[in-house]
Amino acid sequence: MTDTSATQTIPRPARLLVGLLTLLLAAALGWALWHLPGTAVGLAPEVSARLADSGVRNPVTAVLLNFRGYDTWLELAVLLLAVLGSWTLAHTTDVGPVEPVPGLLLSALLRLLLPLMVLVAGYLLWIGATAPGGAFQAGSVLAAAGVLILLAWPAAAERLPDSLLRGGLSLGLAGFFAVALGSLARTGYLLQYPTGWAGRLILLIEAAATLSIGLTLTALFVGGRPRRTERESSP
Amino acid sequence: MTLLLWGFDLTLILSLAWLGWRLLASADLFKAIVLFIVFGLLIALTWVRLGAPDVALAEAAIGAGLTGALLLTALRRMRHDDQPRAPMQRSSNNKERPS
Repeated sequence: MTDTSATQTIPRPARLLVGLLTLLLAAALGWALWHLPGTAVGLAPEVSARLADSGVRNPVTAVLLNFRGYDTWLELAVLLLAVLGSWTLAHTTDVGPVEPVPGLLLSALLRLLLPLMVLVAGYLLWIGATAPGGAFQAGSVLAAAGVLILLAWPAAAERLPDSLLRGGLSLGLAGFFAVALGSLARTGYLLQYPTGWAGRLILLIEAAATLSIGLTLTALFVGGRPRRTERESSP
Repeated sequence: MTLLLWGFDLTLILSLAWLGWRLLASADLFKAIVLFIVFGLLIALTWVRLGAPDVALAEAAIGAGLTGALLLTALRRMRHDDQPRAPMQRSSNNKERPS
């Protein structure tokens, strides 16, 4: 099935006009970029100055999970809303891969790949404190593993118990919530980590967020709430 | 910046522009999705060149990998919807992998 019918109904002058406007926009953006200062100062000096207090050594993780932790908390809420949105929009009976990918290659490859992917995800989560990595990167590797599982075994979406699915999807948000309440009780300020605990709490939040992000992205790939057959009662 | 890096950046930019045009102008949707995945990988390289390796990791996994898989699934469902209505064989009971 090709899409040529759609492109042929747009008249040529309109396409030329849109192309010209796009070129003008690109030229304006290029001109604006050319006149930016050569070395952007930004907030990097402030971050480096307080990096020792943040509990991690990677400035990106420090900003994401400590200085702007509230924003990351809201990002996890947005991910949960995305899954809920896809569940409300999609039919439950015709979601995701219907038949497994034929052939032996995928299942044989998965036996090698899946443990490695879990290991890589764990490594990315751990190394996020000192090097590029972190919860989102590790979670996306887990999501890729989840997608591969679904391609080889589409029934996995329905086999996962409902409570585990919902618990896992909200685990990141709940973990953040727990840490926020705990730090509120301990220090009187929301998300003000107690002294000396920042590194451990960041790892805890990131671990919960990794599982949650992996499950969320896999659920978005499935596309809808997994169908439960009548005879299977969810625990 | 050395000449090699200049050449690399220039090749990257030109490839991005050319890929963008090719995937938008492609008549075959499957080809467009494959080009989109390649585009995502080149964007991940661009993030590395801009000094943002964290974003590059996320872009490679989510933008190239997961979005590509999502688009391919959507394409398959579009094609199923366009074909004449046949009862969908949703026999998940006997399609399980014994594993």
